[in-house]
Amino acid sequence: MSEGIGVFGIFFAAIFTSNILLTLYLGMCSFLAVSRKVKTAIGLGFAVIFVMTATSALNWLVYYYLIKPYNLDYLKYIVFIIIIAAFVQLVEMIIERVSEPLYIALGIFLPLITVNCAILGVSLFMIIRNYTFSQSISYGLGSGVGWLIAIVAMAGIREKLAHARVPKGLEGAGITLIIAGIMAMAFMGFTGMMGLS
Amino acid sequence: MDFQWIELVQSVAVVCGIATVLAIFMVIADATIGNYGKKKLIINNDKEFEVEAGHSVLTTLKEQGIFIPSACGGRGSCGLCKLQVDEGGGDYLPTELPWITEEEQKENIRLCCQLKMKNDLKVTIPEELFNIREYEVKVDKVIDLTHDIKGITFAFQGDDEMDFKAGQFVQLEVPEYDLCEETIYRAYSIASAPSDNKRFDLQIKYVSNGICTTYVHKHMEEGETITMNGPYGDFYLSDTDSELIFMAVGSGMAPIISILLDMAEKGIDRKATFLFGVRTMKDLFIVDELKELEKKLPNFKFVPTISRPDETKQWDGETGRLTEILPKYLKNPEKTEAYLCAGENVINSYKAKLMELGIPEDKIYFDSFG
Repeated sequence: MSEGIGVFGIFFAAIFTSNILLTLYLGMCSFLAVSRKVKTAIGLGFAVIFVMTATSALNWLVYYYLIKPYNLDYLKYIVFIIIIAAFVQLVEMIIERVSEPLYIALGIFLPLITVNCAILGVSLFMIIRNYTFSQSISYGLGSGVGWLIAIVAMAGIREKLAHARVPKGLEGAGITLIIAGIMAMAFMGFTGMMGLS
Repeated sequence: MDFQWIELVQSVAVVCGIATVLAIFMVIADATIGNYGKKKLIINNDKEFEVEAGHSVLTTLKEQGIFIPSACGGRGSCGLCKLQVDEGGGDYLPTELPWITEEEQKENIRLCCQLKMKNDLKVTIPEELFNIREYEVKVDKVIDLTHDIKGITFAFQGDDEMDFKAGQFVQLEVPEYDLCEETIYRAYSIASAPSDNKRFDLQIKYVSNGICTTYVHKHMEEGETITMNGPYGDFYLSDTDSELIFMAVGSGMAPIISILLDMAEKGIDRKATFLFGVRTMKDLFIVDELKELEKKLPNFKFVPTISRPDETKQWDGETGRLTEILPKYLKNPEKTEAYLCAGENVINSYKAKLMELGIPEDKIYFDSFG
């Protein structure tokens, strides 16, 4: 099913037509919570790109060289999650070391990448869709970039929104969800170009 | 059957293998990325330590033998371990902010269990905290003060000694036993005079199923060694010459008797009244010792009070609740300081009564026990 679409095709499709956040609505929790400022959104976005790409590659190797040969398909969820958890831990250590302001700004959301469903989603989709190793990496990278674009766009809108008069009942998560819906509709405009199933 | 066994072994081996590889990987990362090397820790511009960085400031100080009071053990949930960090603290972490007020932010007060030591650090620690440390003490003597209160004397071993102020408390460590699965700490006020820094007394009342009190009453034996730390607290006598009114019930006696013994030794003969409330005559204890103190301190009066007098036994002292007899003994409320030790609800009722009688709220000091 995926032979027809090349590595670059998957990369761009993952960003635009099948954006993991705006078409599949995965990874909403941190999307809503950390999209107040563009700067932190970019930071979290890059952390997600790194974790997504690295874990999709690692999980692909583990799946095809360990889990499948030994017929342990039922273990894939738990194995994927521990690999993701270890990776997030590593990213956290690196960010704490390299950029303290970013570490403080990301707060508790950094450990929360572990339970960001978009990350596990990418690993599971690549298995379901029978991607090759290079396709998986480009899918992971593309999904990460797509997630970054979505959260940065949202943060940009919310920064402008700070000066707007939002009806009281819609302040915070309410208006953010409405914006996310409108953004999703905009991204749906790309679906005609190419698709991932 | 055989096939299932192989599958089971394989799955266990695969998961264990992955977990082991990841664990080794994390250990390496911890030793390289997480290794902040040696940093300088400067305390009060005076003491300088070279310490292994990368841990919380609370842990780092503990390793240097400096105990910062913390009730939660460094999980960031009690907000007690506040410390002034003059240099090297960096920005506030989101986990600190719920505990730090805006004024404290201006003074660079940090929650030292959350703050990680990454750079050279300059901190200011109040002098009295240097005195707090952990001791191994021997249970020297256990006596029954009443049917449910034991008086225990602990003795410091070797060169250990603890300087404390009358009215302060210590924390006892209760080892694992059938009522508790992990070591816990419970605080008790010292009931002896601070002049003897080689030993101290506690008065502990039995509470049914209380973890520490059950241990003390049913398990602790003379001669055993127990771990404690201290001294803590700011419930001690002010340095004024106002009149004093002490109010305590039951084992709330402890900090008050310590303060009174201290007054007797130092000859602080301020006008003082001690209203001590118990239920029945059999709950009274160390009355003779207090009567003795009345002789040493001519201006001191001890008023034991029984709330449920027994008709058959002779009792010529006060009866009723302390709030009922209080107006009789409080002559100059505007010139009096009050020191209370009891449970929280009782303290609140005493406070309300004292304020109603005209003692300003900032002259009411209290030590409440749970």
